[in-house]
Order: sequence, then structure tokens, then C-alpha cells
Amino acid sequence: MRPTAPLILAAALVATAGLAGCGGSDDDPDTVKVVYNRSTDNAIRFKDRLLEDVKKQFEKAHPGKKIKLIPIQAADNDYAAKVQQMMRSSKTAPDLVYEDTFRISSDIAAGYLRPLDGYLKSWDSWGQFAPTAKAAGRGEDGRTYGVPDGTDTRGLWFNKQIFARAGLPADWRPKNWDEVLDAARTVKEKVPGVTPINVFTGKAGGETSVMQGLEMLLYGTGQDPLYDPRARKWRAGGAGLRDALGFVRTVYAEKLGPDVSDALNPNANTAVANEWLPDGKLAIALDGSWLGQHWLDTGGHPWPRWSTTLGQAPMPTQHGQPPGRVSMSGGWAWAITAKSDKPDLAWKFIETLQSRDNAVRWDVVNAQIAVRQDVAADRRYRTAMPGIAFFTGLVRYTHYRPATPDYPQVSAALAEAMEAVTTGDSTPAEAADSYGGKLKEIAPGAVLKSR
Amino acid sequence: MAAATRTEPAPRPRLRVRTAPRRRPLRWLPLAPATVLMVLFLGGPIAYCCYMAFTDMQLTGSPDTHFVGLDNFTQALGDADFRNAVVLTLVFTLLSSIVGQNTLGLALAVLMRRASRPVRTLTGGVVVAAWVVPEIVAGFLLYAFFRREGTLNAVLDWLRLPSQNWLYTLPILAVSFANVWRGTAFSMLVYSAALAEIPQEITEAAEVDGAGGLRRLWHVTLPMIRRSIGTNLMLNTLQTLSVFGLIWAMTRGGPGHRSETLPVYMYDQAFLKALIGYGTAVALLLLLVGALFSVVFLRLMREEV
Repeated sequence: MRPTAPLILAAALVATAGLAGCGGSDDDPDTVKVVYNRSTDNAIRFKDRLLEDVKKQFEKAHPGKKIKLIPIQAADNDYAAKVQQMMRSSKTAPDLVYEDTFRISSDIAAGYLRPLDGYLKSWDSWGQFAPTAKAAGRGEDGRTYGVPDGTDTRGLWFNKQIFARAGLPADWRPKNWDEVLDAARTVKEKVPGVTPINVFTGKAGGETSVMQGLEMLLYGTGQDPLYDPRARKWRAGGAGLRDALGFVRTVYAEKLGPDVSDALNPNANTAVANEWLPDGKLAIALDGSWLGQHWLDTGGHPWPRWSTTLGQAPMPTQHGQPPGRVSMSGGWAWAITAKSDKPDLAWKFIETLQSRDNAVRWDVVNAQIAVRQDVAADRRYRTAMPGIAFFTGLVRYTHYRPATPDYPQVSAALAEAMEAVTTGDSTPAEAADSYGGKLKEIAPGAVLKSR
Repeated sequence: MAAATRTEPAPRPRLRVRTAPRRRPLRWLPLAPATVLMVLFLGGPIAYCCYMAFTDMQLTGSPDTHFVGLDNFTQALGDADFRNAVVLTLVFTLLSSIVGQNTLGLALAVLMRRASRPVRTLTGGVVVAAWVVPEIVAGFLLYAFFRREGTLNAVLDWLRLPSQNWLYTLPILAVSFANVWRGTAFSMLVYSAALAEIPQEITEAAEVDGAGGLRRLWHVTLPMIRRSIGTNLMLNTLQTLSVFGLIWAMTRGGPGHRSETLPVYMYDQAFLKALIGYGTAVALLLLLVGALFSVVFLRLMREEV
């Protein structure tokens, strides 16, 4: 027994030394670590290419400094969970993160991000940003934590060729929800084999389901249907939510939408853009302004005739009540982590990313709606994509999601309600009630009675 | 070492009394690194996990963590989704581990004893291959097998049988099948070893007494491998309780909550809803379910002695 003891001891010592070694960070003071989300569609790499380009510009302008790009290829929910875990520890925290603006309040409240006001004060370009865009990166403490690089709007895309076969007009402008559903029913009847309409739904899709799907409906039912910004309280499921869920239920119960198992697939959004629409398998898509990015020559699935094949229509309000149309807007922003030990250098990279030229290129390849005046005025931006005028025109009608730290949890509860009515496990009324119950757990004392 | 101290010569009892307490920590010394490592890397996380279960720690949305007592546990017990997850976990465990893996493993082991050598090698190879495949790979393979345009429906079509949307209509059954497919090899190996240990004479004696195949299995074979059954059931059940990757890859717990077992529910709460504290509490409750199962099986094994 004895002779083995030193051996064990030695082994244990080596093991501890090794583990301690793993814990030590290999932090290089001249390297900025940048985390961003890579598209789950392997054909789409424009974001990666652009960032590589900006990285080269930066390294040339700042000799000796390096940028380390850390792409994370995952569905949005998993991306967020991964980044939040990275930001928890100074050993793993990157310097710069790309964040969906709906999560920023939450991550600010968690203390993951660093206020940028000091840098913004002396940054000329900040004056070019639209006030709503500036607000998107602002925390509840009034300080700004994120530099947005574009926004988006949402509406209905429809395939004019399928519409022609169904006897529907090429300049389709539905005035209320019923007209949307009627068009879908006509397609189902006249053009078999085609999915009449896609409304994103379900937990796996995460915010895609909630924002493109449910909220586009919900915000067409009345004033502040989700959150009352004056009272700073959430609204429990009322008539608006029941009707919005009812619309989703109708789409899937009448089989106007894709097969439920396809609709609940986490990569449904990739399928819509890369297969269903280009292959002419989908007639109407309730989707975002950025869809064109997939079909550009620089995109993953070039489709030269998309701009003549597809038409766009604003999403109408429920009964056509004023202002008659509805849109939702979000966007992503660059933020510096609180645990970063080289924020100045990280900020310099944001400045390089947001040089006018790079900002224009970003909005063009990413099919974003510009949030900067100088970008919006740029000829390259204005002529980049057919339909950009249509979606920019929706900015007047657009809504922003409640910028509260608990919004991501509320969004998850909404996604569950959607999934329950999509599968038929609950009626819209039951799902709305169950949402109300969850709301009380998420935001105790900040829930208004339903209308 | 202990024996050596005891046989020390008697004339110096005083010295022995004095040195004994001093020697004991010395004797522990070689084990010290191991003990420290165990406490640090095994005990540490468990203790931290227990602590987190009583807090409202969040992945995002709140900068600090508060002690909330039993709130997480009362919330779990009051949550219909949690109760649904418990029921599904029990169904999944019962169906795939106790009925599926265990019975099928035993059947395969019994049949393979009678099979010819090539058949035995082939069957053994195929079954063990399923076990060797990494969990996530198995998950995707079985997703491809069960999905609507997948292999199973193609086979059913070819047989002119109605096809089913397995992952949608009865996802819990699909993931249970998947787990049976993956885990049967383990049971088969355990039972093959156990059956090989049964002395030939006993089987022959039963045969001479006129016992048929089934009677022999029930009255001779099963009682003799009882301990192996207990061990196998326990290992299988505990492993099945914590299956996550397979279900996540195949259904993500959906559609709705129809295949959301406790580990999937836990992940969803902790990482997708950012409620780390609550998720950890659910993990502790899962540990409790596992402990209950082990107690039952340990009892089963003890009775025989």
C-alpha cells in the first residue's frame, strides 16, 4: 500500500495543477473578444464576412491590437443563454457582445453591461441616430448601454403568382384580420398543395414566434395591449389576447398554416426564407422586412426574381380600426460587457463598425432599416433593395416592445400560450388565463386586471 | 497496517496509547489529496446546488440573489407544468427503462444463449453499436427515423400501413422507443453475464423434473439472477431519469409539453427562462425521485440475502 501513496499524491498534485492551469485566463490585453450570432443557415455568412472585413480595417488602423471574433451558431434563445453565461464570469466574458435589443434591459438589470455615455458624448455620429433607436439601448437608469445598428418592421409578404392562380389581386391590401384569413382560405381551396399562410408560433421559435406572430396580432387589437407604460404594469390576458390567440388557433385548426410539427420547429424561420417562399410553397408570410437579405446575390440563396414574384402588404388591425395597420420593430445593438478589462479598445471597434461606410454596408447586406440619418440618406442604402421604401414607410405605424427587464420572461410565457393553441391543447381563453397566471409569478404586483 | 499495529509487542502499552491518536491523521495523509479533490469537485457543486435551490438566482434580469426559503419548491408543486413533467418522467421511466430496456435486454440475453455463434455475434454487435453511438448522434438518428418524412413512415408506407406523425401525436412514446433502442444493450450485457453464472446442473435438474421452458425461467432462472435484476433496474432507471440530450434533440420537450420530462423542464426553466434558482430546485426534486427509486430497488436486492 505504502509505495503507491507517493504516486497517488503526485497524480493528485498534477491534477490540481492542471485544473488550476485551466482556470487561469489567457487574456491578452491587446485582443478584443467579440461575440456575435452566426446564422443557423450555413449558406448565410454575410455578417461573418463583413465582420472579418471590419476586423481587418481595425487591425490595420490600430497596429498591435487584435480582434478575436467568436461566432455562436445557435437558435436565438440558446445564443442568449450562452452569452449570458459567458458574461457572468470575468474569466469567460467577451469584451463586445451583439444583443437583441429586447434582452438589453434584462442584461442591464443583471449588471452584465457597461454604460457607454462617456464615449457617446464625444462621438460625432451619435447625433445621427434616431431618438427611438437611442431609446432601444437605454436602461431604466437613463444611461445608454447599446449602440443599435439598424431596425426592422414587419408586414405581410405574398406570392403574386399563387395569388393569380387563386384569383386574388396582385395589389392585395387586406383591411382586417378576416380578409387575411379569407385570402388564405381561398388559396387553400383554389391552389392545393400550397401552404396558404405562415404565422410563426411556439416556444422553440422564441422571440420570432412572439414578435412576428402574436404581437403583430395583439398590437392590432387596441392601445397598449401588452403593457401599460404609464402605470408600468403588464396586462393580464384580456379580449385582445384571446382574439390574437384565436387567430393563431384558426390558422392551425383550419390547416391554413404549415403542418404543426413544421411550425413548431425551431428553424421554421430559416425554412420560410430559404425553402417555402422561394419554392413557391407558401402564399402569405407574416414576416420581417429583412427577408430580402436571403435572396440577394450576396445572400445564401440568390433568387433574382423575388422582387417581382413577391408583394408586400401592411398587416391590418383587427377590425380595421385606426390607424388601420400595425407593425413591430426591434433590432440588435452592440454592447460592452461590464467585466471587460479593455472597454476603451472595445469602444474603438464599435466606432470602426459604425463608420458611415461600414454602417451603410451593414444595413444593406443585413437588409436592415437604417436608424441613422446619414445612412438613410445614402444612395447605396436607398437603392439596395426593392421593398425598402415599403418597409421604411411602416415606421410610422410601428410599435416597440416593452423595454423592461422581465420582458424576456413574459415573451416566453406568450410563446407557451401560442404553442398551446397551435397544438390544440388549450382553447384561446384557457391559454390566455394560463398566461395571466404566469404573469403574476413573473411580475408580482405589476399586473393589471384584464379588460 | 491495522493488523500490524495490533500485533505490536505488549510490553510497551503506554507508548501505543500515546502514538495512536497522532498516527491516525498521519495515516490519512496519503488520502488527503483525494479527499480534498472529492470535497472540492464533488461535494462543492452539490452544496452550491443545494444553496442555489433556495435562492431566486437569475441568469439575467436581476443583479443580486436573495434567499427565498422554500418558495421555489412550493412554486414547483403548484405549477401544472411541473406536475405534468413528473407524470411524463414516470411514464418515460416505466415504459422505456423498466418495461423496455430491462425486459427486452433479458429476452435478448436468454435467446442469445440458445442461438448459434454467428447469430449471437451479429445480434450482440448490432445492439451494442446502438449503445456506443453518442447520445446526441442517437438523438438525431432517431429524429430522422421518427419524423414525418422519416424512415419509419417510409417503411409503413411500403407495407401499406397508415403512417403516423410520431413526434407530434405521441412524442413520449417516440422518445421512449428511442431510449429503449439506445439502452437495451446495457441490460443485455448485464443479463448475459448473469445467465452465464447459473450452474448447468441446476437447469438440467429442473429439466429432469419435467419443468418446461417458461417454468424453468420463472422458477429457476429469474430467482437465481435476482440480484442482477435489481442492479440492472437501478442503473437503468437512474440513467433514464436523467436522459436529456435524446429528448432535446428529438422533440425539445414539445409539442406543447407533451414530452417535457423533468430534465427538459429543468433546462427550460433554468436557461431559457433564466430562472437558475428555480431550475436548481427542480433538479433537487429530480434527485429526490431518483433516490426514491433507488431505495425501492435496494430493498428488493436486500430481501434475498
